[in-house]
Amino acid sequence: MAAIHPGTQIPSVETDNTLDDPCRRAPLVTGGLDFTGVTDAVAKSAISRPTLLWWVLFAITGPMALGFFTMIGYLFVTGTGIWGNNQPVAWGFPIVNFVFWVGIGHAGTLISAILFLFRQNWRTSINRFAEAMTIFAVVCAGIFPGIHVGRPWLAYWLFPFPNQMAMWPQFRSPLLWDVFAVGTYASVSLLFWYTGMVPDIATLRDKAQSRIGQIFYGFLSLGWTGSARHWHRFERAYILLAALCTPLVLSVHSVVSFDFAVAQMPGWHTTVFPPYFVAGAIYGGFAMVLTLAIPCRVWLGLEHIITMRHIINCAKVMLGTGMIVCYAYSLEFFTAWYSGHHFEQFVFRNRPLGNHYLGFWMMVFCNCVGPQVLWIKKVRENVWGIMWAAMCVNIGMWFERYVIVTTSLSRDFLPGSWAQFVPTWVDVVMFTLSFGLFGSLFLLFLKLLPTIAMAEVKTVMPAAHAHGHGHDDGDADHGQDPQPHVEGA
Amino acid sequence: MTAIDTPITEDHSAEHDVPAKLYGLIGEFDNVTDIIAAANTAREAGYKKMDVHSPFPIHGIDDAIGIKQTILPWIVLFMGLSGMTTGLLLTTYTMADWLPQPGFVPENFEGYTFLISGKPLVSLAAFIPVIFELTIMFSAYTAVFAMFLLNKLPLLSNPLLKSERFRRATDDRFFLAIDARDGSFDAHKTADLLRNMHGCLAVELIDDD
Repeated sequence: MAAIHPGTQIPSVETDNTLDDPCRRAPLVTGGLDFTGVTDAVAKSAISRPTLLWWVLFAITGPMALGFFTMIGYLFVTGTGIWGNNQPVAWGFPIVNFVFWVGIGHAGTLISAILFLFRQNWRTSINRFAEAMTIFAVVCAGIFPGIHVGRPWLAYWLFPFPNQMAMWPQFRSPLLWDVFAVGTYASVSLLFWYTGMVPDIATLRDKAQSRIGQIFYGFLSLGWTGSARHWHRFERAYILLAALCTPLVLSVHSVVSFDFAVAQMPGWHTTVFPPYFVAGAIYGGFAMVLTLAIPCRVWLGLEHIITMRHIINCAKVMLGTGMIVCYAYSLEFFTAWYSGHHFEQFVFRNRPLGNHYLGFWMMVFCNCVGPQVLWIKKVRENVWGIMWAAMCVNIGMWFERYVIVTTSLSRDFLPGSWAQFVPTWVDVVMFTLSFGLFGSLFLLFLKLLPTIAMAEVKTVMPAAHAHGHGHDDGDADHGQDPQPHVEGA
Repeated sequence: MTAIDTPITEDHSAEHDVPAKLYGLIGEFDNVTDIIAAANTAREAGYKKMDVHSPFPIHGIDDAIGIKQTILPWIVLFMGLSGMTTGLLLTTYTMADWLPQPGFVPENFEGYTFLISGKPLVSLAAFIPVIFELTIMFSAYTAVFAMFLLNKLPLLSNPLLKSERFRRATDDRFFLAIDARDGSFDAHKTADLLRNMHGCLAVELIDDD
């Protein structure tokens, strides 16, 4: 060490950190980036002008988002009859889409909260990304049940507040639980995301060249100066939030599953639903994380921060939760058989062979067959292989919710009330356009906000830890110190 | 680069040059080891009102500048329990018909007695999701807002932010700031102390106007 100045960083220049050598930890930041390197790589996209590709993508998603709101306007002036929902399938696409979107959000919280509590340091590179995805997915999710209530202008009746009718919501209803669960989840995720971002916005404030940028980021950064006293409370608050978000995220999809499980409907009324839904949510969420991270890391030049190892780790989590989901699928069939319950058995015979068999087999192929390629190391190390698996899961998880909603509702207890569910063009278009809203918000995030938790990434770099040098270790490198100088302010 | 060799005693002699209202002095460092050592030195020299500014939280800095454990977790616990109580009262009080209805409680809070399938009006098990979510909501909001308030943020204007050099505190540099209000603070002596610290790259006087 004699020749190395205590401040010298010993960067890891290797670019492949996917090897598993138990003797040492794989570096989480590659390519020899130092602190400034991390700052510059992340701040670049926020403080420079948007690229052509950004404009092209925004020109696609922006009008889609506007179209989504236009369709909502069309729905409001026309009524829910423009959807395929009707008795007996009263839930249809809006609830399928709600569960799909809210599920996607779960991976973000899993990465930011649960992996934080488990001290999985690799999460720092992707948590900001994933949390943003959570917020935007929950925005999309919140819209669907909101417009599904029939008289959306009375949606505020969902909230408990003293009113002139002296009326209170039904606190024993899973739909009311949903209001509390999703409401808490959305607002707490937003706070968690924003809190973690404050130090990084301060970095952008100090990096911004334009006056508007300085004011914008200065305002958002709340005057953060990186004070040790502030960091002390910040870290405390962060770990508390992580500890609070962990049961929260597990509760949210459990409550969503109660919408189904508390009902008497065959195929829904099962105790396996909460864990099965949570696993499915994380499965679908990680697929979306990968779908977004794989192109964005290349596009924004963040390959050294979101390394191949991060991508592979996500793929492994996806594969693992996928196995839980597949197990839950088979368990449902077993339980139906074992229950000896006539209607339950019928529903599970009807799923693969009945009126919505295509949806069922899409679900099985996309969730249980397609992603299995990830068992092969070669595929796991290839972004196209991972992308294939992630795309399968994105599609499969939507079909899972479609199968759950439609097969049970369209074939309930009384054959006299059976009816086939057929989505209308409005259903399909609204769901497609909701991706425009998600994409627009995500693009704005990529452009305007710190896409990587810079402060957190810096803490997992080797240079963030003291080397045990005292201030008076008068070794040879002392002479290389730059001369301290003094300047009046 | 004339400032490098100019001792602060000449630059800001006590009579005329030191601004009337001082914020303090900052010393710049470029690595974690040096800033911890610097903070230790300053603490041993008797300074109390000082702070370290860094781009990320530093392990071991709390001891070096003597930061006490924050009371934040207790506030969060208290508010979490308040959230739980709120949830319990909200669900129970608005539903039950057997709870006292004092005169000051508005009539529309009184038992709504929402009878569903003959189930008990106060069905605690079914109220748990609401109570749980309110507990989390109160605690999480408190963790964020109390943290910022204890940190006295938002504080959009700060003398430190006027320093061009200090901008790197959110990038790759570490600053030891000694507050002018500290009992041991003396613009010249403190500057000397900072300047003689191992790894100190620069010392800057921050005025407070």
